[in-house]
Amino acid sequence: MESIYYSLVNIVGEEYVSNQKEELFIYSQDSGMMDPHEPNFVVLPKSTEEVEKIVKLSNIEKIPIVVAGGALSLSGLTIPHQGGIILDLIRMDKVLEVNDNSRYAIIEAGVTTGKLKAYLERNHPELRFSMPDAPPAATVVGNIVIHGQGRLSQQYGFNSDMVTGLEVVLPNGEVCKIGSGSVSPYWFAIAPLPNLAGLFLGWYGTTGIITQLGIKLYPKKKLRDVEVFLVEEPKLVPDVVQRVTFTEMPEDIFIGAQPYPPAYKDLIMIGICITGDTEEELEFKRKLIWDALRPHIDSKEGGFMVMTPEIKQELLEIPSSSTTRFADVLKGGGFEYCGPIIPVEKFPEAYKKLLEISSKYSLTYGSIGRVIGRSHCMMFTFGYPFNRADSKNIEITKRALYDANVASLEIGGVPWKPEVPAQKLIMEKMDKNTLKLMQSMKNFLDPNRIMNPGNWEV
Amino acid sequence: MFFNLKSFIKRMSLKMGQLKFDKQLCFTCSTYDCLVKCQYLDIDREKARPEIMRMIKGEDSFVLHDCTTCYACEEYCTRGNHPFFLITDLQEQLDILPAPKPLTTQWINMTEPTRKDIPQFYGATEPAITLCVFPEHIPAVNESKLFNELSIIIGRYFFCQLVYLHLGKPSITRERLVKVIEHIGNHEFKELVCFHDECYSTFTTYASAYSIDVPFKPVHLFEYLYSKLKHYEDQISPLNIKVAYQRPCSSRLTPKMEHYVDDIFELIGVERVSREYTGQNSLCCASVIRIQQKYDLFKDNQRKNVEDMVKAGAEYCVFNCPMCYSSLSEAVTKKGIQPIMMHELCQIAIGEKKLRK
Repeated sequence: MESIYYSLVNIVGEEYVSNQKEELFIYSQDSGMMDPHEPNFVVLPKSTEEVEKIVKLSNIEKIPIVVAGGALSLSGLTIPHQGGIILDLIRMDKVLEVNDNSRYAIIEAGVTTGKLKAYLERNHPELRFSMPDAPPAATVVGNIVIHGQGRLSQQYGFNSDMVTGLEVVLPNGEVCKIGSGSVSPYWFAIAPLPNLAGLFLGWYGTTGIITQLGIKLYPKKKLRDVEVFLVEEPKLVPDVVQRVTFTEMPEDIFIGAQPYPPAYKDLIMIGICITGDTEEELEFKRKLIWDALRPHIDSKEGGFMVMTPEIKQELLEIPSSSTTRFADVLKGGGFEYCGPIIPVEKFPEAYKKLLEISSKYSLTYGSIGRVIGRSHCMMFTFGYPFNRADSKNIEITKRALYDANVASLEIGGVPWKPEVPAQKLIMEKMDKNTLKLMQSMKNFLDPNRIMNPGNWEV
Repeated sequence: MFFNLKSFIKRMSLKMGQLKFDKQLCFTCSTYDCLVKCQYLDIDREKARPEIMRMIKGEDSFVLHDCTTCYACEEYCTRGNHPFFLITDLQEQLDILPAPKPLTTQWINMTEPTRKDIPQFYGATEPAITLCVFPEHIPAVNESKLFNELSIIIGRYFFCQLVYLHLGKPSITRERLVKVIEHIGNHEFKELVCFHDECYSTFTTYASAYSIDVPFKPVHLFEYLYSKLKHYEDQISPLNIKVAYQRPCSSRLTPKMEHYVDDIFELIGVERVSREYTGQNSLCCASVIRIQQKYDLFKDNQRKNVEDMVKAGAEYCVFNCPMCYSSLSEAVTKKGIQPIMMHELCQIAIGEKKLRK
């Protein structure tokens, strides 16, 4: 191990390698439920070349390598289950290019969502990207790798659908470009080439290390507003979403349910964000959405909530700080959720399961989901805050999380950014030939099995 | 010695629940102003009479379905009857929901006291002010000499519950109001300043209409502010601004207090602009119209209201009710009119705050 340490020092410099207890402790866990496991080294490379050398070293030494961005997945995806090297890419934080005309940005893998947002606001105020509601310390690449969603996902799909190009360090240490950037200086799209980006998205760093990302940017309208439609009956939610998405007016649709504060008890909130450059444009969109939901209003089964300007401001905040506040509602800094991607029509079943599981374990809950695409699917959350200082509470929450994963699969959904036990549940249900293909890909790309072992272990 | 709850509830159960409504006053009415003057119903005297007669008999009427619950008919009736309370009671009896069920549920849950409200429950001493459920105004009360010496009671244990008249659930108002009065009664106040007009109207007109005893004297905020301003009259600098006043719906229950608006404006050197929608002809802030999901009416009502303020040359829009403020502040701001609460305007007049231009 000592020789590995010095080899790493040679690559990145002494200041950016650590095998000290305090650093190893920090990188041994996230805020979720997975058991901690310490790495042997924490390394902060500054360039693709350094990453390349570290990967080559890992192959020689057969030591695991786990890439971390913000390490905020909550599902232990950056916990080094088998030790090894944690590669924190946070120093690779340059916005390399913004193409105003073709509306994309090329960024390094350590660029956080907060940094890209601030950069665009300062230098390209007419452009935006699909910002997730993760804390702003989350990296854009981290969010892409887990098929994250953001404020523009209702319009344009998963954030990973917005990738225009990649630079990847393969498990053998070779560097390659994916997409138009592999044949042109312009990183405008993955198409029309074979879609090799799929070899790296959703694999949680088990097939390679993304060092640069091309990502689509979108027009940023001057004004935003939000309406919240309330229903009591979960069975109405799919129809509400159908009607609202049919208008093609919303920027974003989120669906929430929580027992506290009392104003939200027994209600399902469907938040509908709209944008416009003028008040008239906003009003046009707002009116279309009201008209689309008129049948539910006339039946008295649904209606638009009256909001104070403060509540509106909170709902329009990007990223939403209320999500983070809810995450620590029980104090003790623990929060975990199972966020399956489900067909929208399965919302009523998912909601029922959420209540059943919460009741079974006497847990408080919060559910905030997001429509992805024009009702193509949605992310639903079984969210459970817990007290990290309370071992009994942790154990109960773990069981609830497991039940939520089982329930998600039972209703026809797929757990999103699943922790290792949930990955196993998914693979048990997966088509056998698909599993075989996954295994072949991993064997082909990473024959030494050094890349984030423990995850997607077929 | 604490307020005797058991005795209070026993007395209340014997008396409470029955609206003091004199049918004879309607039979002999020659104007039917309660409906004819309504700004939201298209109804003349000829059509009004049979509708009123239907409602008196407890029968359905289109009025019960189309009512925006703006309270104004209580004021339009010059004979002291309670047409609005009759309407809300009938809506509940006939299961007519003015707003969608989820919004009704939300409001019912929202004001149910929780354990979090308990810290606000004890310790207030006279003289006191109830801030209803608007904690955002605590700093103003704590920091201003207009309110010094007043201890605050606040939170859902003291919320007057009148809002359910907008939602066709007046029985909830009455059921909870008895408990609210009990909570206040526990403090044995002789007087209580009501920050929110709605609390004052509840403890006076509404409680009286249903024979609910109120063991303290409610004091309207404007009456209180006027007397304090008189006390600090030598410190007042005339503001020399033009304002519009947004009348809250509940003020329709206590029109006799309206003169304090002009009294205060005169004292602090504020010109109340001449408007079409003022006094009895005031327009509602439209918050409730939105809750009722009458979107076009909501937009039209706010547009007319704000355009009228602009046309009259108002620079500021003065509010008593925080809900009205919340509903209209964005709309008036977009038209270049500054929203401001009445107590803030008074603080500015005595030099505690600066005017926002």
